[in-house]
Amino acid sequence: MEHKNINVKLKVWRQKNGNANGGFEMYDANDISTEMSFLEMFDVLNERLIREGKDPIAFDHDCREGICGMCSMFINGRPHGPWQGTTTCQLHMRAFNDGDTITVEPWRANAFPVLKDLMVDRSAFDRIIQAGGYISVNTGNAVDGNALPIEKDKADLAFANAACIGCGACVAACKNSSAMLFLSAKVTHLSLLPQGAPERKTRAINMIAQMDKEGFGACTNTGACEAVCPKEISITNIARLNQEYLLAGLTS
Amino acid sequence: MLNAKIPAGPLDSKWKNYKATCKLVNPANKRKLEVIVVGTGLAGASAAASLGELGYKVKAFCFQDSPRRAHSIAAQGGINAAKNYQNDGDSTYRLFYDTIKGGDYRAREGNVYRLAEVSASIIDQCVAQGVPFAREYGGLLSNRSFGGTQVQRTFYAAGQTGQQLLIGAYQALERQVALGNVKMYNRHEMLEVVVIDGKARGIICRNLITGELERHFGHAVLLCSGGYGNVFYLSTNAMGSNVTAAWKAHKKGAYFGNPCFTQIHPTCIPVSGDHQSKLTLMSESLRNDGRIWVPKKQGDNRKSIEIPEEERDYYLERRYPAFGNLVPRDVASRAAKERCDAGYGVGTSKQAVYLDFADAIKRYGHIEAGKQGLDHASDDEMIKMGKEVVKEKYGNLFDMYEKITGENPYEMPMRIYPAVHYTMGGLWVDYELMTNIPGLYALGEANFSDHGANRLGASALMQGLADGYFVIPYTIGNYLADEIRTANIPTSHPAFEAAEKEVSDRINKLMSIKGSQTVESFHKRLGKIMWDKCGMARNSEGLKQAISEIQQLKKEFWSDVKIPGEISEMNPELDKANRVADFIELGELMCLDALQREESCGGHFREESQTEEGEALRHDDKFMYVSAWELKGDSQWELHKETLDYEVVKPSQRSYK
Ligand SMILES: Cc1cc2nc3c(=O)[nH]c(=O)nc-3n(C[C@H](O)[C@H](O)[C@H](O)COP(=O)(O)OP(=O)(O)OC[C@H]3O[C@@H](n4cnc5c(N)ncnc54)[C@H](O)[C@@H]3O)c2cc1C
Ligand code: SF4
Ligand code: FES
Repeated sequence: MEHKNINVKLKVWRQKNGNANGGFEMYDANDISTEMSFLEMFDVLNERLIREGKDPIAFDHDCREGICGMCSMFINGRPHGPWQGTTTCQLHMRAFNDGDTITVEPWRANAFPVLKDLMVDRSAFDRIIQAGGYISVNTGNAVDGNALPIEKDKADLAFANAACIGCGACVAACKNSSAMLFLSAKVTHLSLLPQGAPERKTRAINMIAQMDKEGFGACTNTGACEAVCPKEISITNIARLNQEYLLAGLTS
Repeated sequence: MLNAKIPAGPLDSKWKNYKATCKLVNPANKRKLEVIVVGTGLAGASAAASLGELGYKVKAFCFQDSPRRAHSIAAQGGINAAKNYQNDGDSTYRLFYDTIKGGDYRAREGNVYRLAEVSASIIDQCVAQGVPFAREYGGLLSNRSFGGTQVQRTFYAAGQTGQQLLIGAYQALERQVALGNVKMYNRHEMLEVVVIDGKARGIICRNLITGELERHFGHAVLLCSGGYGNVFYLSTNAMGSNVTAAWKAHKKGAYFGNPCFTQIHPTCIPVSGDHQSKLTLMSESLRNDGRIWVPKKQGDNRKSIEIPEEERDYYLERRYPAFGNLVPRDVASRAAKERCDAGYGVGTSKQAVYLDFADAIKRYGHIEAGKQGLDHASDDEMIKMGKEVVKEKYGNLFDMYEKITGENPYEMPMRIYPAVHYTMGGLWVDYELMTNIPGLYALGEANFSDHGANRLGASALMQGLADGYFVIPYTIGNYLADEIRTANIPTSHPAFEAAEKEVSDRINKLMSIKGSQTVESFHKRLGKIMWDKCGMARNSEGLKQAISEIQQLKKEFWSDVKIPGEISEMNPELDKANRVADFIELGELMCLDALQREESCGGHFREESQTEEGEALRHDDKFMYVSAWELKGDSQWELHKETLDYEVVKPSQRSYK
């Protein structure tokens, strides 16, 4: 693959901690190889800031393979940046041109308070899972794995939804900060499987109640979430979730 | 002396007998016993959830912002289990045998047999939790084969098996959190073990958001903190993976087992430049269908697709006709290095070989055409169908490759090169997964236990979950049964105070250096020493040099490191400095261990010990033992040997020809 070096300007949100006010600062990132990942560009910039005696930019990341869901930058107005179906860590500098100015912000949502610079607190997602995002089975209680055949189509669809990495881009993209795409992915994953059936009703009701409690907004079907989801979770799940919810309400 | 506490009796009844006779804790007493679990990857999450279910009071810790993000999430290819669903001759014994042989006869028979024995229950448990494993059209579970074996026993969920297993364990864990049995501490880093009267009784950790140090008491402490591959700087591990938890235990007296046994994975995306922060694995499952080759001509600069078939050297198929592209990882990695060192490497760096799917695409296209009764399908049509099949099997890996390299692997072969991937070494533990410090356990990749000198593919997930779901719930009871009269020790106890002081002294010292070189730059230098001198091939002279270079690096680090920011705030550079300081000390021990082991076995290849054909040569007469190192002082260690007795398997030189 052809590659070259480019110079870009970065406009980055800086905020000392959750209580401080934040603001944008400008940085030059010069001689950036187009083979670098977006986060590697931040590494280079941070190394320079440290050497200059300045505070490096804090951001979340871990696997750098698009699977842990930790990275979370709002790049030029779009969670995870310009590439479709891609996390921030998998975005590469090939996506940008020499001379570009790139604006980088944290996820913004009441339920995701900023901790420092580009890092936010997403523990609300864990609490939504605690409300019912599981199948209640203790260790040692299981029957043979093949005792329960599951249609391949259903298993595949359950898998497609279980692929959600819990990054929160859907929330960050949504003007209402709704967590419905995240929630619907989990409810769909579990309700498509026979193992998940016994808890179907309580699961949808309890998880939605927790979502409301955490301060996520309502869904008005604008589809912004689906467009930015790095795992391309389908918005049709939200309809399925609503159905589950209604059904649960009707029969309980 | 080292007592592995392997139960007596025939291999296949050791675990059964253990379970039938170990001590139990009654439910009322369990509620009074507190257990600390450091790490919530597969090993930690499964342990914390299972112990919570049993009624223990559990506190679990991880440094990420959620337990769901542990490095286990990145495992791609699959998990082994001796289910024999394929009816291809698999059995508990065969999985045991393959693992022992794959580990080049440097693992304990008793442990490995137990691992194979519980493997089937893991699959059942995960299915019950809703883990969406791949299935066949009939609705039954699907299997694939993996390197180093001749049966299909690997269960998988596309290329995201680790993710699906971890989400299963994470959900079980969060359920226990909701029930109040587990308290979860995210963004916390354990920095010290508290030992009172010779027993592990708690930890000191740093709240990574506020920078505050915290004390936590437990009747037992489980370290499930993962592997230390990042000592090489570049590896396939997540950026945060580190040795700190295990190293603190080591400094408190826990022995470190086989530190030099590291696994270099043959199929990773090659390094592209100095900016490289990590390496990306291309799952081993790709070797099922991909063929590995280099040009027959040295320094051949033609594009891959311009090199005709007869000018390609499929060197694995040539050297190892019986296993071909499916030889174990250590063998495949060394063969790639051998070709590149001899001048046959490809790509701009020449440090790469090709992994080619053209044949697989054709083959699958042919099969598809046959299935659909398209006797007259054109070549193009068949290739199109073949690409669809390959996409279904490996789509996410191919996409990842394209995002990183900008090249389309459906149209041209991938370039791959070996990279550090896994550490077989770790804290020494006995059969009960307890270190030599009573009450201190190590589970998952953090311990040294089951993989000998080389781990077979799809066996780490199996071991992590075996440890957490099926082993520790029994073995911890055997210890805690005698602790029911131990009241909670208040964290004002002098031992807690002293431990906290050690941590804060060290942090203060780090912050006061105010030198000129960044933490990252030290880490990179350490990585280069390790990769060059303690990597895929090692020799006495290089290792001795490495040791003195690392000692020098350590001095420089402690006098010239530059860490920005403050102590009492979120400070990722300070966290990194803590970890790198430990990696430096570990690096020295790894080199010492590699130097001491004058044989080649598994991932440890000593250039002085090879056959005429360049294959690894073991010395069972001299080295049939586990090396357990005890720290005696600065750069001083004492070696303890745990002799390995093979009662059932007869060790032979591994041959994959
Ligand atoms: C890219 C990749 C692919 C792989 N694919 C496979 C595969 O297909 N099949 C297979 O069997 N194996 C595979 N492996 C290996 C396997 O994933 C790991 O060995 C395994 O997941 C390790 O699990 P663990 O629970 O021991 O540790 P980890 O998952 O690494 O978890 C460690 C935990 O400890 C915590 N922690 C660490 N230090 C501290 C501290 N000081 N304080 C507090 N918390 C701490 C972390 O927060 C984390 O929660 C793969 C590995 C890699 C790198
Ligand atoms: S649904 Fe998509 S965007 Fe939302 S958390 Fe899951 S992976 Fe991220
Ligand atoms: S760092 Fe893990 S998904 Fe980006």
